[in-house]
Amino acid sequence: MFWLLIGSGLSASFQPTEAANGPGYIEYFYPGIVVLVLLFTSIFATISVVNDRREGFLQSILVAPVPRWRVVMAQALGGTTLALLQGLLLLLLAPTVGIRFSATSILLSIGVMALLAFGLTNLGLLIAWRMESTQGFHAIMNLLLIPIWLLSGAFFPSTGVPGWLAWTMKLNPLTYGLAAFRHSLYFDTTANAFGEAPPWTLSMLITGLFCVLTYVGATLTASAQTN
Amino acid sequence: MSARGFLVADTEVLHSITTEGFRQLTVSDNRIEVENLSHAYQQRQALDNVSFDVSCGEIFGLLGPNGSGKTTLFRILSTLMPVTSGTVRILGHDLATEVKAIRNLLGVVFQHPGLDAKLTVVENLRHHGHLYGLAGKTLHHRISELLERFGLSDRAKERVEILSSGLQRRVEIAKALLHSPRVLLLDEPTSGLDVTARRQLSDYLGTIAQTENILVLLTTHLLDDAEACNRVGILDIGRLVALGEPDELKNRVGGDVILIESTDNETLGIAIAERFRVSTIFADNHLRIECKRGHEFVRDVVATFPDEIQTIRFGKPTLEDVFVKLTGNPFL
Repeated sequence: MFWLLIGSGLSASFQPTEAANGPGYIEYFYPGIVVLVLLFTSIFATISVVNDRREGFLQSILVAPVPRWRVVMAQALGGTTLALLQGLLLLLLAPTVGIRFSATSILLSIGVMALLAFGLTNLGLLIAWRMESTQGFHAIMNLLLIPIWLLSGAFFPSTGVPGWLAWTMKLNPLTYGLAAFRHSLYFDTTANAFGEAPPWTLSMLITGLFCVLTYVGATLTASAQTN
Repeated sequence: MSARGFLVADTEVLHSITTEGFRQLTVSDNRIEVENLSHAYQQRQALDNVSFDVSCGEIFGLLGPNGSGKTTLFRILSTLMPVTSGTVRILGHDLATEVKAIRNLLGVVFQHPGLDAKLTVVENLRHHGHLYGLAGKTLHHRISELLERFGLSDRAKERVEILSSGLQRRVEIAKALLHSPRVLLLDEPTSGLDVTARRQLSDYLGTIAQTENILVLLTTHLLDDAEACNRVGILDIGRLVALGEPDELKNRVGGDVILIESTDNETLGIAIAERFRVSTIFADNHLRIECKRGHEFVRDVVATFPDEIQTIRFGKPTLEDVFVKLTGNPFL
């Protein structure tokens, strides 16, 4: 819904500079919405950690002889599964915006979605394991996670934006995640004309690194917060 | 006889002749030993120099009002919080350095449900078994055995959320015992249960402790729960103020307990203290008096102050009386 309403509303004023008859805004916005769904589902899957570790199911796990890295990995894979399932539902709509899948591009897209969901769930865990209240978690959501998404190229490309904003977008890890996803959607075609997206190899490299770092960060945080 | 079978309180080391020859068994292998344990949250001292021992086969209750430090102590013993001052040894393992070994020995039942309400009873048990390295036929047999013992066999495939709170607590205990722990820790196990379920739980714990020689340690703020324990430690503002068998502790009160209510407790308290040479304590809107031959005292005091006394109750001391005597505070 969000995608259709905003996409349709902004499509009139959206004109990519490189391609005169390139994709419309609805098509441009589509990968961004998939990433938003991944972001929301992943992060919301981790909120339960805040209360659960003090009173609930997680307490039983914390007193079991299981190392923290395994607990965090299980949580991350759980969140990834949920987010990926939601993302896959949205991926079914890809042909409606004119995306033509090949076997390679669909597998790559799903792979990149899984990576993104894993990294984002770990980012959520990294925050949730530190939080004392769910209110605090929501505050972080608004202050950090929504801007990360807005400035990833999901909403608008970096072409033509002021210098400071372009730099912020360049430093945002999700910019590379989104670029990797765009590249994989259009893997076999040349239709990918969406401004200055980072190249495929760099995007995949940074997305992979993001997954590793957030997982290590979440594990260290969980270990530090528990005995 | 196995090492677990020996319970020796006084001797430090027990020499046991086994078929293999001499084997040295230390008493600490069968005990929880807490020595000078203290814990502070920033400025607030939650535990202050607490020391006690509990042996296998025993049901030990930590009794205390809210804020007495029992939950902090429980969280430390269950390995959720680190030992910051003092030492705790659980069946011979140091809690500060051997957390992993200790976690294998513990079964923990939290006050708040530790079950996944959306899963069935048997699914909850299966997941728990996996956490402790149980799988396949061993796990299957163990689950069937516990379901049978706790009368849950016919509810095994039902989702936990539709079970009554008494049944859910039973599932929790079955889950905690699944990996055959030698120590069972329970935090306020009877909270939210009705009288029948409480009594059943108490019976279960008694059977488990005796038949399997398991060390059962529970926290409670309910006097009835504490009365059912073999030994009790009473906590007040982080300090262990009493330790012993319930009857032994109650004998310390010395005689009978009389509770009096009047329109002016203070004036009446002073008058009774002067007339009968007894000490009176103001607690929880009534006067509390301890004395020997309470029935005679009741007769005399009613005869002396017939108009001032609204109600008078006479009884044998309870653990609450022990708490009031030792701390001077009402048990709230």
